Amino acid sequence: MTTATSVTTAVSVRFFASLREAVDREIVELALDEPSIAGVRAKLAGLLTKTQFEAIDVRGVQICVNQTIVRGDVGLEAGDEVAFLPPVTGG
Amino acid sequence: MKSPSCLPSPAGKPVVHAEIRVQTDDFDIGREWAACRSRCAGSAGAVVAFGGLVRDRSQDDSVRGLYLEHYPGMTESSIRKIVDQAATRWKLFDVVVIHRVGQLAPEDQIVLVLVASAHRADAFAACEFVMDYLKTDAVFWKKEAHDGGQRWIQATAEDRQRRQSW
Repeated sequence: MTTATSVTTAVSVRFFASLREAVDREIVELALDEPSIAGVRAKLAGLLTKTQFEAIDVRGVQICVNQTIVRGDVGLEAGDEVAFLPPVTGG
Repeated sequence: MKSPSCLPSPAGKPVVHAEIRVQTDDFDIGREWAACRSRCAGSAGAVVAFGGLVRDRSQDDSVRGLYLEHYPGMTESSIRKIVDQAATRWKLFDVVVIHRVGQLAPEDQIVLVLVASAHRADAFAACEFVMDYLKTDAVFWKKEAHDGGQRWIQATAEDRQRRQSW
């Protein structure tokens, strides 16, 4: 008989500006079965309401890992900080 | 947050003193100007300063206040990249970017860009370049308060066109 063990990866997810307001939280700590951006999305889809998830899942929202913008799906490590950024407006 | 440093000198280009500050406090343009002059005394023939202010009207609506949010660390890095780009395009001696965050009121100062170079053409161009890129690439978010509520500001088509023109 074998015993299945599940290993999860703990990451922080931050939301800024309009996205923070849309999801009504600034930061969430996630334990990921799948340590990747796709895994973050899957967790958030279960955690957030449909309307909240749609707010962060739109064109123009940038995703950062440890303050570097990433495109597509990338792997994550324990302790990584993922951030969802709406379009910026400085100056 | 204060992060003065010298940028690596591109081949044949002067070393730039770059100072990037993101802060809630107001700033004194006169003091920054004097410090800039002092740092590049004798070598700079031109110092160009741009100061951004909070307007009291936006899209035909009265503005009651402006809230600026940033991502500490990433915001400074995003400004640094802009300054680095400017330093590779023009011969600059000194660049200061001060950007305020938090709650501001109409007439308040938001941003200062100070650029020193040997000649005015480089200083004017680099200052405008940095400002145009700050609008579209620096990691800030602005929320305007009006009589009827609040709204997050989006970069305009003009902002994007100005950036692309470089």
